[in-house]
Amino acid sequence: MTVLLALVTALLFACGSWLLMQRRLTRIIIGIGLLGHGANLLLVTSGGAGGRPPIVATDGSTDLATLADPLPQALALTAIVITFGVTALLLALGYRSWQITGDDMVEDDVEDRFLERRRTIDGPEAEIDDGDPITSELEVGDGA
Amino acid sequence: MLALILVLHAVLGTVIIVAGDRLGRRGFAVAAIAPIVTLAWLVPRLGSVLDGGDGGAAITQQLSWVAGLDLAIDLRVDAMSAVMLLLVAGIGVMVCIYALGYFSSSKPGLARLAGLLTVFAGAMTGVVVSDHLLALFVFWELTSITSYALIGNDDKNPKARDAALQAILITGAGGLAMLAGLVMIGQSAGTYRVSELATVFADQPPSGAVLTVATLLVLLGAFTKSAQWPFSGWLPGAMVAPTPISTYLHAATMVKAGVYLVARLAPLMVALPMWRPLVVTVGSVTMIAGGWRALRQVDLKVLLAHGTVSQLGFLMIVFGAGTYDLAQAAVIVILAHGAFKAALFMVVGIIDHQTHTRDVRRLASLGDGWRAVKVTAVVAAASMAGVPPLLGFIGKEKALLAAAKGSFAGAVILTVVIVAGSILTFAYSARFVLGVFGRLSDHTAADADHPMIDGDAPAPPLGFTAPAVILAGSSLIAGLFPVVVDALVRAATVALHPTSHPKPVVLWAGVNIALWLSVVIIVIGAALVFARARVTRVQQVVHRPFAAMPTAERSFWALVTGALRSAKRITRIVQNGSLPVYLMVILGVASVALIVPVIGAVDGSSPWIGSWVHVPVMALVVAAAIGATVVHRRIAAALMLGAVGYGMAGFYVVQGAPDLALTQFAIETLATVLFVLVLRVLPKGFADRVPAVTAPLRVAVAAMIGVGIFVIALVASQSRDAVTAPSVSAEMLERSVPDGKGSNVVNVILVDFRGLDTLGEITVLLVAGLGVVALARTARRSVMASTLLRSPVVDASVRLLFASIAVLSLYFLFAGHNQPGGGFVGGLTAGAAISLVFVAGGIEAVRSLLPTRAWVILGSGLIVSVLTAVVPMVLGGSVLEHAVFELDVWLIGTLKATSALPFDIGVYLVVVGLVLMAYEAFGEEIDEADIGDARSVAEVSS
Repeated sequence: MTVLLALVTALLFACGSWLLMQRRLTRIIIGIGLLGHGANLLLVTSGGAGGRPPIVATDGSTDLATLADPLPQALALTAIVITFGVTALLLALGYRSWQITGDDMVEDDVEDRFLERRRTIDGPEAEIDDGDPITSELEVGDGA
Repeated sequence: MLALILVLHAVLGTVIIVAGDRLGRRGFAVAAIAPIVTLAWLVPRLGSVLDGGDGGAAITQQLSWVAGLDLAIDLRVDAMSAVMLLLVAGIGVMVCIYALGYFSSSKPGLARLAGLLTVFAGAMTGVVVSDHLLALFVFWELTSITSYALIGNDDKNPKARDAALQAILITGAGGLAMLAGLVMIGQSAGTYRVSELATVFADQPPSGAVLTVATLLVLLGAFTKSAQWPFSGWLPGAMVAPTPISTYLHAATMVKAGVYLVARLAPLMVALPMWRPLVVTVGSVTMIAGGWRALRQVDLKVLLAHGTVSQLGFLMIVFGAGTYDLAQAAVIVILAHGAFKAALFMVVGIIDHQTHTRDVRRLASLGDGWRAVKVTAVVAAASMAGVPPLLGFIGKEKALLAAAKGSFAGAVILTVVIVAGSILTFAYSARFVLGVFGRLSDHTAADADHPMIDGDAPAPPLGFTAPAVILAGSSLIAGLFPVVVDALVRAATVALHPTSHPKPVVLWAGVNIALWLSVVIIVIGAALVFARARVTRVQQVVHRPFAAMPTAERSFWALVTGALRSAKRITRIVQNGSLPVYLMVILGVASVALIVPVIGAVDGSSPWIGSWVHVPVMALVVAAAIGATVVHRRIAAALMLGAVGYGMAGFYVVQGAPDLALTQFAIETLATVLFVLVLRVLPKGFADRVPAVTAPLRVAVAAMIGVGIFVIALVASQSRDAVTAPSVSAEMLERSVPDGKGSNVVNVILVDFRGLDTLGEITVLLVAGLGVVALARTARRSVMASTLLRSPVVDASVRLLFASIAVLSLYFLFAGHNQPGGGFVGGLTAGAAISLVFVAGGIEAVRSLLPTRAWVILGSGLIVSVLTAVVPMVLGGSVLEHAVFELDVWLIGTLKATSALPFDIGVYLVVVGLVLMAYEAFGEEIDEADIGDARSVAEVSS
């Protein structure tokens, strides 16, 4: 991979990550798109410097060494289509969010907020009982 | 067979628990089956186990568990295990019978208690028959867990919950330490078999830091389990459990697991310099402190609990000292203790059951019909106190003799400790008896709700008292005729110390130092009893300074609440509810993990620019990516993302990847339409109200990710040059035509070489399509009529265009095996055609294109692909094996294709289906009234 392509990949990842850390679902979706492109760039360039399209003549006349690596291309193709599926699903999430709240904000996790606000500490529920002072008696009327 | 007994316990216990309240208290009758079977198995074999004496006659069984890790369940019953088995199974039967009397009415939860008791009995049996250290650990932990459930069975009682929690936290922590220690011992000895450890350490006595630490860890487990000081707090607390449970777990069996382990290890580990001082000191403190505390109790059950702690300390001393004659005494004591302590607990349970109190101050007189209970109490307490002619006396006598004659350093101190502890034991045994006989009653302790028990308590039925009578009677019989336990005790001693020759067990050993010490114990003990009022005052004076100090109990809970409090504090910081913050933490860690391992490998050998065509293409990508990141209008950002995609497509062309380029072009077109459809309803701008993550942090993490990816990309491509092995791609290029019958290698990979992956992928697409429709259509009930203005010119040209694009998509589909194209590209092109129709005519126009609905196309696509994959299997081939066939098509000519084509048709249909689903989801005109409904519903429900 050339330095130029590595820089572009890095930029796509950095922009994508920055967008992921936002509250707007739209921005997150765009961030995922950029991350997808960055990943595809990594994948395709992992096949080397490129070459002629990997199409082999049936008569065996093709010089295989001049062809681009087909495997990363197959992987990237899969990735492109899956990213489309993910984008569609996230858009549906945003759409649903708009239906409910009129916006596409990613709200805080309610359960975690609740947990944070809970101030009580779980200690021993019963009075601590050393079993030692003479007055201690376990009131257990079991069995009866 | 041995393993079957363990399985029987587990199955029986589960069955009882499942049967639940239908079985009720009768569960205990069923539970008794398990220990009875154990006894029926053990007793006929006892002769051969004891005969060998040298351990050669042990019954063994091995079950392979994880063969690769040399993990096996090695079961082995030698004489020592037989002693423990007799205790576990014998007292198990007695407890089950006793429980039938104790739980006279069927309260809910009783069957669960009985089932758990059975599971516990199985686990305890496992502990004493395991010959493998790790199997022993598993059973050990199982006893802790069942003990937790049994103590906390009454889950509405906060005391029971606290006690259960305390017990499992202490024994569980000790168990974990023990696991580490056992692994260290096993690894350094080269074997995990307890029976083989003896030979290993006989050749090479244990020494060194590793074994010392390992032994300390194991001892931690043993000390916590056997309630040794300072971990003894949980045992008195555990007395909230019903008395049959306390009798079985917390007096007779489970708490002896630690002692048992020490008994097994002592002969091996006593060579370690720290072993004897440590074990004997801990045992001594436990014995004295337990006895001292027992003397102060007014609750008979708690008195016995402290007495148990004291006796466990005694056992720890005599087993831990590591000499055979003390071990022989210990075997007698462990048998005697099992019998008398179980009997005493049962007596307490009977009193509690009949009078509803265990407070000695309120027991003035039990009344008529209590003679059997009283006699039992006296006999069992006498055995505990070490009064002849009971088994407890013989054990104590042996211990005193062996200690007094002991030749190791500290033997004198040990003797003094045993004498002092025994005096206390005598005193609290007497206190117990006096309590039962009403001599400690004190009218000031009674009130209207807690009346005095004065001769009006109903006498217990015979069946209820029988188990206690039998156990106390066995103490007496074994004391009078020690020959009944002689063979067992001697064989067990030899099992622990193979080279020893223990003396026979007799009641009258002649006039020796032990006898004189016994006399001293009894005399001083009796004096303490007579001067008990003064003793109580002394105890109060001594305790006053201690009262303010942190007790083990309070320290334990302080530790627990402290841990919970700091956990909460940490949770509050790291889990504040903001998802972007979570993501930032994950990305930050990931970036560091990316950079750190490879940063040194960058060597600057990478060329700057590969092809000058890259420069304008990448300039477009960079500009559009930055634009997509910084613009503040949604639609603009989406279009910028599209521009990035088109730039990438250009790059794919340069790189020699026409399939990718086609796919990317089609996708960008589709995605742009989808974005517009969704974003039209959302507010135009982003305008973040609250920044989720402070901006500088966000930028820093993003930049770190960028740097990490940059470094990784360079290092990865540099290391590619170093690889000499041929690439898999080379083989794929070679075999594409002969094996895959296709020239387009990318397509052959997708439908043939890696066809199963593609099948997985289109399944994901199907799920995504269903998700999209499900999410977007949830709130919608009615659909408004289209308000779109139709233009005849646009309609006509769209129709024309649609037809030609559809034909193009079919061309891509059919030609894809040999030329750029394929199912994905074809499907996406068809999707683009559908978009055109949608833009011109709305969702109704899209629907009228096809005779069927979107999900039918989506599903049938997957079905076609799956069938193509599966049919070769049915015909005897492998998954996705393809056949070649030729087809004469009118006007087109001979079509040579493989059965990869139907697979690709499936892919095509799934992609078309997904696009249709997206339009189904977002394409309808929106009825604002319905949305309002949905919002109000959501508000009400949240």
